[in-house]
Amino acid sequence: MGTESLKNKVAIVGAADTEVGVVPHLSATQLYVKAAKLALADAGITKDEVDGLITCISFVEPFMYHAEMIAEYMQIFPRYCMTAPSGGGTTLAIMHHAASAIATGMCDTVLITMADSQLSGLSRTKAIEAMSGAGHPQFERPYGPPIPAFYALLARAHEHAYGTTAAQRAAVAVACRKHAAMNPAAQMRKPITVEDVINSRMIADPLHLLDCSLVSDGGAAIVMTSAERARDFKTKPAYLLGTGEGHSHEHISEARSLTTSAAKEAGERAYAMAGLGPRDIDVAELYDCFTPVVIIELEDLGFCSKGEGGRFVEGGRIELGGELPVNTHGGLLSHCHPGHPGSMFSITEAVRQLRGECGPRQVSDAKVALVHAQGGIMSTHCTAIFGSERV
Amino acid sequence: MAAEIAKPLPAPTLETRPYWEGCKRHELRIQRCRVCGRYQFYPRIYCAQCFDDRVEWVAASGRATVLSFTIVRRPVSPAFAGDVPYVVALVTLDEGPTMMTNIIGCEPEKVAIGMRVAVTFEDWNEEISIAKFRPA
Ligand SMILES: [Zn+2]
Repeated sequence: MGTESLKNKVAIVGAADTEVGVVPHLSATQLYVKAAKLALADAGITKDEVDGLITCISFVEPFMYHAEMIAEYMQIFPRYCMTAPSGGGTTLAIMHHAASAIATGMCDTVLITMADSQLSGLSRTKAIEAMSGAGHPQFERPYGPPIPAFYALLARAHEHAYGTTAAQRAAVAVACRKHAAMNPAAQMRKPITVEDVINSRMIADPLHLLDCSLVSDGGAAIVMTSAERARDFKTKPAYLLGTGEGHSHEHISEARSLTTSAAKEAGERAYAMAGLGPRDIDVAELYDCFTPVVIIELEDLGFCSKGEGGRFVEGGRIELGGELPVNTHGGLLSHCHPGHPGSMFSITEAVRQLRGECGPRQVSDAKVALVHAQGGIMSTHCTAIFGSERV
Repeated sequence: MAAEIAKPLPAPTLETRPYWEGCKRHELRIQRCRVCGRYQFYPRIYCAQCFDDRVEWVAASGRATVLSFTIVRRPVSPAFAGDVPYVVALVTLDEGPTMMTNIIGCEPEKVAIGMRVAVTFEDWNEEISIAKFRPA
C-alpha cells in the first residue's frame, strides 16, 4: 500500500454557497459562476488568481468540456482544468484531486465550483427520471427501479441482518431537519418528528417520502491552496488532515455486500493519513441521499460497530449537543440536493463549523470535522478530515 | 403509445446477445469459466475471478433466493405507472451470481428475504423477453 500523504499540506481558504432550494431566477451555469464569485470573495482574491479549476458536469446545462466552459464564461485561463463526470462521491473525491494538484505543484490556487438547477431546470419528475439512468440499461432498468428503490434494497437488507427499524431511519431525517431549522439557508425548515417520517407516503418499501432527500437548485464553491500560502489569506484556514477513497462497484446488483460499503476503506485511509480516529471527530457531515445511508456510513466509518448504526442514531446522539452532531446544515435531506454538487455543501459547512461561523447550529469547540460522500448506489466513496489546526 | 413513455427496451450488444437469445427461448443463460469454474452474470469477455478468456455460456437452473427486495409505490416513469405496486428484487442464483429482477406471481407483501424463486419470462416483443422470478 502506498504512503500517500496530503496531511497538513493544503487548506480550504474560501467557501460559499449560493441561495439554495427553489432558485428559478438563476440558470445552472449562473449558479456555478455565482458560487465561484462568492467563494473568491470569501477568500479575498480575484478570479485572475485562480490557476486551477474543477467543476462537475451539469444535468441541466451540460457541456462536453464543462470546466473549460466555465473558465471561458468567467474569462479565466487556468493551467489545471478538470470536469468531474458525476455523482456525490466523485464530488468529494475531486477535492482529493485538487489537494494532489496543489501538493505536486500543478497549480497553486484551485477553485472547485459545483451547481445545478435540478428543480427549476428539469422539474421534479424529470429529475427523478433522469437520475434513474444510474441503473444498468440492459440488466436493471427494464425492472423499473427508481433511485429510492436501489436504496430501499440496502435498507431492507440492513433491517433483515441487524433489526434496524423505520423509527431509527426516521431519527436521521429528524436530526437533519432539526439542524435545518437552525439554518436560514435551508430549503426545508419546519421541524418533523419520527411519526411524521413513518406516516409520510411510502415511496419504495421500506423508505417513506421523508426518508428521501430533496430535489433542489443551488451551487457551492471552495478555494484551496497550500498550507503555507493559506496564511496569506484573510480567512481562517481549514486544513486537510486526511483523505481516502474506496470503490466497490457501479451497479447495486454487483455490490460485494448490501450492508457494508467501501466507506470502510475510504474512512480507514483517511484516518490513517490524519493519524486520527472516529473518537477525534467533533462534527460529521455524511452523505444522506436516503436515511439508511447515514446508518451504514456511521458503522463503516467506525463511529459504531457493524449493525449498531440504528441504535447509534437514536436518542439525539447525532443531533447538535449529542455525542456526534451529523449534518449540521441539514444535509441533503433538509438543506438541499441539487444532484452532483450535493457533497459540496458538506464541505462548505465543515469549513464554517471549523471557523466557528455557524451561530445557533455551531458545534461548540469544533476542531476536527469529517466529511463523507458516496456516489452511484453506495458505489464510490470518499472521506475527508479537516482541522482548524494542523495536527 | 408515445416513445417517451415506453419501458426501457434493452438493446443487445455483441457481448450480451447470447443472453437475450436465451431469454427469447425462455432459457436463462449465464457464463461459466472453464478454468476456475466460477459462474458470472452479467456477461464479460473474461472471467472476473481468474481473468481467463475461456468463458462459456451455460443454461442456469433458473432457481434463486431473494437477497433483498422493495415494493415500488412511485413508478420510475409513466411507463411503469400501470404496474405499481411492483417488486424490484435482487436474487442470488443457485450458481452464485446476483441479478436484479421483478418478483411476480404473488402479492408484493408476501415477498421475503430468503424466499425461493424460479425464473419466468415476460415477452416484450418478438426479440426481447425479460427474465422475472416467481415463488418456487
Ligand atoms: Zn475463472
